[in-house]
Amino acid sequence: MASLKALRARITSVKSTRKITQAMKMVAAAKLRRAQLAAEAARPYAERMERMLASLGASVAGSPDAPKMLVGTGSDKVHLLVVVTGDRGLAGAFNTNVSRFARTKIRELEAEGKTVKVLSVGRKGATFLKREFGSRIVGEISFQGKKRVDFGDAQAVATRVTEMLEAGEFDVCTLVYNRFRSVISQVPSAQQMIPAMLPATSATAAPTGPQALYEYEPSEEEILATLLPQNLAIQMYRAILENAAGFFGSQMTAMDNATRNAGEMINKLTLNYNRTRQANITRELIEIISGAEAV
Amino acid sequence: MATFQLELVSPEKLLLSRAVEMAVLPAAEGEMGVLPGHAPMIVTLRGGVIAVTEGGQITERLYVAGGFAEVTPDRCTVLADEATPVAQLSKAGAEARLKEAEAAYAASGSETPERRDAVMAKLLAARVAVSVAEAA
Repeated sequence: MASLKALRARITSVKSTRKITQAMKMVAAAKLRRAQLAAEAARPYAERMERMLASLGASVAGSPDAPKMLVGTGSDKVHLLVVVTGDRGLAGAFNTNVSRFARTKIRELEAEGKTVKVLSVGRKGATFLKREFGSRIVGEISFQGKKRVDFGDAQAVATRVTEMLEAGEFDVCTLVYNRFRSVISQVPSAQQMIPAMLPATSATAAPTGPQALYEYEPSEEEILATLLPQNLAIQMYRAILENAAGFFGSQMTAMDNATRNAGEMINKLTLNYNRTRQANITRELIEIISGAEAV
Repeated sequence: MATFQLELVSPEKLLLSRAVEMAVLPAAEGEMGVLPGHAPMIVTLRGGVIAVTEGGQITERLYVAGGFAEVTPDRCTVLADEATPVAQLSKAGAEARLKEAEAAYAASGSETPERRDAVMAKLLAARVAVSVAEAA
């Protein structure tokens, strides 16, 4: 049995761990609220962008010189996966889940004989994927040290992807990220970005529908040429924001569990400590009494 | 006077959503006034000021750094890359951005024409920002 001193030391150490996890939980909860607000604030823009893209895309998609970003390069040999993960750990299975999901995806694609390239956004995913797919990683982007990720950061990532597309470095681009379903549930999901998946309405809308009546200034092609990269950026921005919200949600849950576990551990250790203390007293008493009887 | 619904959104938030009488947009090919019943249009915007008229007076002026606008007879949606009310535009901030844009433009000599155009558009938007901030 451990000595009293050792037990006391362990109790103090677990108590301070509990203090830390409790503080981290509070911080994560506060940041979660902010991240959720930011994710919600980005929604109107994304919705309207989608609507505009639907009406534009429907009118251009048929033409042979439609931009690559909309219709793809015509082949699907080289896949680019943009994997969005957290920059920090201590958030339960958050980073592992999305990284594993990406790993399965990469294996699937490679089994089909496709070439895979990985662009990692977030430090944790990069470390995970590097072990197995080190040679496929074409870039790493991290927002570590930034207080808040703004639209400009997302735009920088999107520009990078656009440049790669223009250089013909990939055919299909898929975004892998943790979709924020609720505070306690984040679902790793994949979303194809290039060729752009137009919202379902555009496919069903007849060419004579109200969308076909728009006038364009400058031409449709020119607008589309700026709108598509912008759409890419906003999708990226949304993924990054949802990732941030999911991260804090996951961290909050993980820290809540850790706090509870620490509490249980303290109870057990305290019980153990008290029993040991009593056993010691009893033993000493027996020693004294039996000593006195012997005399 | 008749009104239409004007919505101004930036990636970071919804800035404006209400019924107005007229809005003047800095469209890529010149200023464009939008009144209720305007023909459906999709236009790109350059850096400039959106002026909102309500009750016969300009009630709001917002600087946008570029973006898109979708106009329908009863609605106008502006997707701005970045939007700030003119009163909140800081002159120092705008000048810093202009310097940055000028440096980027000077460095873009060897880039593709498309990239140069993008940098040029940023530079022009920054110039407008400075002049607007000065006037305000």
